[in-house]
Amino acid sequence: MNTFDLEKIFQEKIDGEIKIEPKDWMPDAYRKTNIRQISQHAHSEIVGMLPEGNWISRAPSLKRKAILLAKVQDEAGHGLYLYSACETLGITREETINDLHSGKAKYSSIFNYPTLTWADMGAIGWLVDGAAIMNQVMLTRTSYGPYARAMVRICKEESFHQRQGFEILLVLSRGSEEQKAMCQDAINRWWWPSLMMFGPHDSESTNSEQSMKWKIKRKTNDELRQNFVDMCAEQVKILGMKLPDDKLKWNDKKQHYDFGEIDWNEFWNVVKGNGPCNKQRLDARRKAWEEGEWVREAAAAFAEKRKARQQAA
Amino acid sequence: MNQLLIDYTLHLADNSLILGQRNSEWCGHGPVLEQDIAITNISLDLIGQARNFYQYAAQLINAQDKSEGPKAPAPLERGFGGEVTEDSLAYLRKEREFSNCLLVEQPNKDWAQTILRQFFFSQYQYLLFEQLQNTKDEQLAAIAEKSLKEITYHLRWSGEWVIRLGDGTEESHQRMIKAIDELWRYTGEMFTPAEYEKTFGIDFNKIKEDWSQKVKIIFDEASLIPPLGGGGAAFMQTGGKTGKHTEHLGYILTELQYMQRAYPRCEW
Repeated sequence: MNTFDLEKIFQEKIDGEIKIEPKDWMPDAYRKTNIRQISQHAHSEIVGMLPEGNWISRAPSLKRKAILLAKVQDEAGHGLYLYSACETLGITREETINDLHSGKAKYSSIFNYPTLTWADMGAIGWLVDGAAIMNQVMLTRTSYGPYARAMVRICKEESFHQRQGFEILLVLSRGSEEQKAMCQDAINRWWWPSLMMFGPHDSESTNSEQSMKWKIKRKTNDELRQNFVDMCAEQVKILGMKLPDDKLKWNDKKQHYDFGEIDWNEFWNVVKGNGPCNKQRLDARRKAWEEGEWVREAAAAFAEKRKARQQAA
Repeated sequence: MNQLLIDYTLHLADNSLILGQRNSEWCGHGPVLEQDIAITNISLDLIGQARNFYQYAAQLINAQDKSEGPKAPAPLERGFGGEVTEDSLAYLRKEREFSNCLLVEQPNKDWAQTILRQFFFSQYQYLLFEQLQNTKDEQLAAIAEKSLKEITYHLRWSGEWVIRLGDGTEESHQRMIKAIDELWRYTGEMFTPAEYEKTFGIDFNKIKEDWSQKVKIIFDEASLIPPLGGGGAAFMQTGGKTGKHTEHLGYILTELQYMQRAYPRCEW
């Protein structure tokens, strides 16, 4: 079969909502796009452990400590599923991780912001996990089978995390004056970066069109962002807090909230590596990897020895 | 009698909490993703044990307060409404009131030291809790029994890593030797009972004997040798069980207790 026919069959499968599986023929660009997106997603889970990990040792109660630890551990687990999904496309975990460390591969920019107070654990759960879920729910129906299946598992845990985050804020919003102020401050700092998580406007997004055709993505950046704003604008009322946007207003005609413009200058700055914690996050990942090298070598050497002994016996 | 039970329960809680806190420092920084998850799991188990013990201690203290009136000067900070809670015990007691063993507060350093600390402690905890599940205090016995399932896994995991590192590469072997040199001096304290440990029918001599034997088996397989062949001659540091700690504990508590100290009497 020539490439033209293969591509035709491939697109027919996509159009017919049949999942693409690892051994199926796929266009090179489809493979590359999936590798890029899944590995970015995996890296985001792993780098995303750091801002929240920053508060594990200082969590304000034993219960909160246990919940936070379990949450960060879940993220490591998500990273594992996603690296495995990525491996089905013919790239090893090590190669993928090297691309992160060299700066070639990206991860979600949101993790380049610092976690300054305990309330940030709540804001991350509510807003950052909330924004991630919008994207991930869509991805449970993505066309590449292993990715879609990984997302189903991840989504279940993520929505749990989001509720936990909201609950942290809810307790703060009913607490002392200092706690309320801490809560509002965290919302102020995380709101705009959370909106940026959906990426550039559809008109500016380079990868969107082809990804929609291949059903890797099924909703556009702006559609997802609007859904997110509509959701948060309602939820923030329960907290008795405010979203930091003067332009936020219900639009009866559109049946959506209007909202202000993102500071795209800040967005591109963080993407280019100039966010407040870009350097620290990558340094921390590289350090863990480099300092772990002797451990991985020892484990490999021991496994070899054991195998040799078993064969000799 | 009740004071001894309270002191003993707090000691068991402190052991688990401090090691759990130490292990949690690895979360997000482990040498490989699977092991990051494993050490976090152990940390979670330990914090869970600590919570069970603290909750029990709080219950005992609150009951004692009701019958005898709070002790003056109060040995423990009171939490909300004057009631002691798991959190007031973990977050409001001070350096000299913590009675964990010195071993568990030692720094993580590298993976070899973390592994060895876990192995030494899990082996001890396993043997101790095996006896403790038959102690006459039903609540302690129940917590011990429940925890043993987890500890069995901690012991297997850390023991396997001791072997893997001891018998891995030259570098990992050297790092294990260094870890033994750092940590061996803190093992003796575990088998030296404080006053509050003496009335629960625990045979510490047997724990010590079994511990030495089990450690030797794993060390043999890992091509490692305990100092002075593991005999009784090596000098052992003590004091943690009676609140005389290494300098590390103050820093652990500074971080652990930061929020409760900075924002007193809040709910989280």
